[in-house]
Parts: sequence; structure tokens; C-alpha cells
Amino acid sequence: MKKAGEMKRTGAVRKIQIREEACIGCHLCEFYCAAEHHPSKDLLKAFGPGRERPRGRVRVVEEGPVSFALVCRHCDEPLCVFACVSGAMERDLETGKVIHDPERCVGCLSCILACANGTILWDEKRGVVAKCDLCPGREVPACVAGCPNEALILTE
Amino acid sequence: MKSYLPPEFIVERREDRCIRCLTCVRQCGFETHVYDAEENSLLSREELCVGCLRCVTLCPTRALTVRTNPSESRPNANWTREHLRDVCRQAESGGVILTGSGNDKPIRSYWDHLFLNASQVTNPSIDPLREPMELRTYLGRKPDALEPGEGRARESECPNVRIETPLLFSAMSFGAISLQAMQSLARAASEYGTLFNTGEGGLPAELVDYGKVAIVQCASGRFGVNWEYLNNSAIVEIKIGQGAKPGIGGHLPGEKVLAKVAETRMIPVGTDALSPAPQHDIYSIEDLSMLIYALKEATSYRKPISVKIAAVHNAAAIASGMVRAGADMIVIDGIRGGTGAAPKLIRDHVGIPIELALAAVDTRLREEGIRNWASLVAAGGFRSAADVIKAIALGADAVYLGTAALVAMGCTICQKCYTGICNWGICTNRPELAKRLNPDVAARRLVKLLRGWSLDIKEILGGMGVNAIESLRGNRLQLRGVGLEEWELRVLGVKGAGE
Repeated sequence: MKKAGEMKRTGAVRKIQIREEACIGCHLCEFYCAAEHHPSKDLLKAFGPGRERPRGRVRVVEEGPVSFALVCRHCDEPLCVFACVSGAMERDLETGKVIHDPERCVGCLSCILACANGTILWDEKRGVVAKCDLCPGREVPACVAGCPNEALILTE
Repeated sequence: MKSYLPPEFIVERREDRCIRCLTCVRQCGFETHVYDAEENSLLSREELCVGCLRCVTLCPTRALTVRTNPSESRPNANWTREHLRDVCRQAESGGVILTGSGNDKPIRSYWDHLFLNASQVTNPSIDPLREPMELRTYLGRKPDALEPGEGRARESECPNVRIETPLLFSAMSFGAISLQAMQSLARAASEYGTLFNTGEGGLPAELVDYGKVAIVQCASGRFGVNWEYLNNSAIVEIKIGQGAKPGIGGHLPGEKVLAKVAETRMIPVGTDALSPAPQHDIYSIEDLSMLIYALKEATSYRKPISVKIAAVHNAAAIASGMVRAGADMIVIDGIRGGTGAAPKLIRDHVGIPIELALAAVDTRLREEGIRNWASLVAAGGFRSAADVIKAIALGADAVYLGTAALVAMGCTICQKCYTGICNWGICTNRPELAKRLNPDVAARRLVKLLRGWSLDIKEILGGMGVNAIESLRGNRLQLRGVGLEEWELRVLGVKGAGE
């Protein structure tokens, strides 16, 4: 198990900044995220009529006028990585990204218990957890690109 | 009582594209869309739809179309659909019909009958991309003559405010519009070097830093007026009238007077904010002069004092009185000016078009030799830089943009401002709706609008061979009328095309 202090990052970190004051509670980030992580990468194909609805890795929480998208903070000292029993959760020291490898995940839910932000979600169908991977291969993560009110913005 | 009103709009949903994301359900403040979880189906209660297109714009798969309801009763040129509807509404409500935004009737737009000049052969046009082009102008009284001092003209004793483009944001009060909307206007004005207007609702504490780009209003309700407010400003404006509702006061219902609005307006939470129709201390030009000088005293003669009136029949004579009463800037708001709430008949039938009023006022002030005593600002329904430049050629120093600025922020002119529900987060105080307007986004859009229109103005100026906006002001020879009657050309002070 890795310990705090061993996790110093070496490169620039991209992070998704959450702006509660601009979140309009439309939940579109959830849909764009789920479609991006669907093999088709297409909203219509992922959610079209009669299809099994995929889950995203971002979740909008709301209470009255307060709403915001909960998405992995890619913490400098990631409790989920410390808690992971199988080595599925790792932190890329260069990019600062906290990466989850579903192949190594045993579905013990320790990371979900450990995460202070509640950003790791349980994918029941696959029996593993799912979390934000900052959309590898995309310039801007799908949730950020799809947010109609810039309530999610990418900071470098 | 069963309503006989047919829905104004119909909502069409393409089932093959709808992914049940429910964005439409969540985004409609009027609760038009309903999701039935049992059936996994979406219904539209079309009688509630106002045609604001929020759902259409946000639908991620373009599954929605909103159209005017095509159902028609027997065509009748006299009893139009709108007349039938309004009679029906009043028969059901027994009240006055309220509306928002500006006049939507096909009133003759004189801008569309005025054409601009360009240089050919005998004088060179200017390429604004290669040569400097001056849009900067100054608001305030100008001296009668320049007295040469030591090497340069002596500075005027009259306070003047510099603006980098002749485009100002109109008065829209906090309470009527959201804090986010006002913040967006303030930030855009500050960034581009122009001014926004607080309207009559005071300057919210969050925006005190924008005082130097604020025109602060002192209206009949005197909301939020105090020494700090008056002095934390670029210009102080006395609001007598508004183009959308000449002769009518304002009424911000108690439900909209939430804690922050109440604090800014200096009234108790939940009380109706009533702006009387007249200013009760102004029943004559002499009374107006007393208020102008009271405000000048309060601001140590450091701020230009503006007076805003609606364009009405005797606007020219009234404007002359206003200037003689000491106003450093006068604002004429035409019949197409917008509002947060006004009786529909007043909005549509009271007042006169800004083009005629502006020309009449400028002519009158010139004839009396007092045009330099005050800047002249036109307001009311400016749709493009072409309208703006024609207004300047008719005699305006600058124009106020209200509706155009709102549209830049997202407004689709659904005219439901008076309901307190604005799906675009502009004309509302409901926190969950107001946060839909992100000031970062809206301010950026406004700055781009100012930039785009300023570039348009430079292009047209260059074509005329004029390199400064101040050289065009009141130069009606740059305009020619088409399709106008003799009297209209006379009032506008413009020749017919070909003359």
C-alpha cells in the first residue's frame, strides 16, 4: 500500500474545476460522460430507445437551488489509492491523474468508502467501480465540453 | 372557468432522437414538459409553453421543435389572432394584460427607410483596418467656446465622461433583472470602456466596484438613492419616463423583493416596490431644475446629470426645457423601448418612434443654439450597428442598448419578463433560475457584441470617408430617405434618395 508523501507529482496537472454558482442542474454532463465512455461515443447510440442505459462517472447533486457536478478531484493525496486493496487505483505521478484499472478491480468498494468527495461510483453491471479518467484522447473532457453554462471548466 | 385560449405554441418531440435525459423537464420554469416514469414517456403541456426555446437550445440531441400553433380560426384581417386572444384573456381575467420586452407591433421602422452614404471618386473612403478610426466620445455639457490657454484649450469646467464606443447599456434594475445579469453588464461595460445603467433599483453591494462605469438612476421611487450611491457613479440619471410605458410608474411585486433586493432598494423584504407615475417633486421644468441642482450639489458638480424621458408628442419642447433646467445629458426612449413589465396597450400604443423624436429634439436644440449644452442619447429598439449609425447621423451622441444586450446574453424575447420566471436566468430573482446566467459567459458575449458592432460602425464610417464618430454626429446629409412622406422627411431633416 502506498503512503502519503510518496505521491508528489512531477508534471502539470489538469483538473476539472466545479463551479456550483453556475451549475444549472441540467444533468447533461452525466449524459455526455456516459456516452464518451460508451463504445459508440455517441449520445443517440448510447441512450437511444430500447438500449441499456450506460452510467457516467460524474453525478449532479442537487438540493433546492444548490446543485453541482460531483467529479473526481484527482487529489494530491488520494485516499482511494491508499485504500485500494488490489492496486487497481493508481496515481500517475507525471500527470497527477488518479487512474482506475477495471481489470485489476475486485469490487471491494474500499475506495468508495475512503473517498471523501463521493466521486467514485459503483458500476453494478460490471461489478467494478467507475471514476473520472479525464477522457483520455480528448482535448477537453466530455463533461466540460458539454456543459452549457461553463459550470465545469478545465484548469491546467 | 374553462379557458378558451388555444396554446400559443406547439412542442414537437422526435421520439427517435429523444434520449430521456429530461433536460427539457428540468429547464422549463413554466413546467411545460412532464416525465411519466411509469410509461417512460414525455408529455408537453403546450398551454404553458411561452416559446422561449430554452429546451430547444439545450436538448442535446436536437429532438425538440417549438412552433407557433398552426391552428387558425377563420382568417380575418380586422380581428387578428392577437386581438381575439387578448379579448379572450381579458374575458377570463377581468384585468389589464401585462407584458414584457419592447413593442412587437409592425410600427414603421424609419431606420429601414434611411440609407447611408459612401465616398466615391470625389472624396476618398478610409480603410478602418489600416487607418485609425475614432469611436471615442464624451458625454456631458460642452463649453460654448474654447478659450485658448497656455498652448492648449482650457479644460472645460463641465464634467464629461469618456466612452470608447457610442454604445451604452440601458437601464435595467436589480430586482427586475438578476444580479448575475447586472454583473454581466457591469463587467462588459468596464472591459470595453463604456457604461451600464443601474436602473432605479440601486447598485447592489456586490457591484460597488463598478461604480465608475455606472449610470445611476434616481427615479420616482427613489430606491437605493443615497450619497454613496450618487457619488459612486459616472453619471447620475433622473428617470422621468420610459419608452415602453410613458406616463406609467413601476411596480415590482413583493414576491420579487427578496433580502438582497430589499437591502439594495432600502425597503422592507416582501413589500411591493412602487414607483409612482410622476416624480412627485417634479411638476414643472423649474422643479426638474431643482432636482438637477440638488443632485449636482450632492455630487459636488463632478458628475454629468442626465434626464431620461419617453419619446412623446412634445419631446422637442420638453427636451429644450430639460437642457435649460441644467441637464448635461438627455435621453429619449422611443416607443420600441423594452420593459420588465408594462400594460400591453400602453407598451404598444403610447409614445412615438425614436427616429422622429430624436431628429426633432436635435433640430430644436440646434435651432435654439443649446445643442452643446447637453449630450443626446437615443434609446429604444436598436437592432444593429446600422440603426446606431443612422441615429448618430440624426444627431445622437450615443445610444442605449437594452434588448440587444439581453439577446446577447440569451434572451429570446418571449416577453414573459413580468412573470418573474425567466428560463434564461436574466429577468428573474429565483436563485435556481438566476444561476443559469453565468456572468463569465454573458460578459464575454456582451463584450463580443460591443466589439462586433463597433467594427461595423468603423466600416461604415470608413466608407463615408469619416474617421471619427464625432464628425458624423448630426450630419444628416449622410442620410437619404426612401418610401417616406414629405412630412416625415421634414421631421427627420433628411432629403429623399436621389435629391
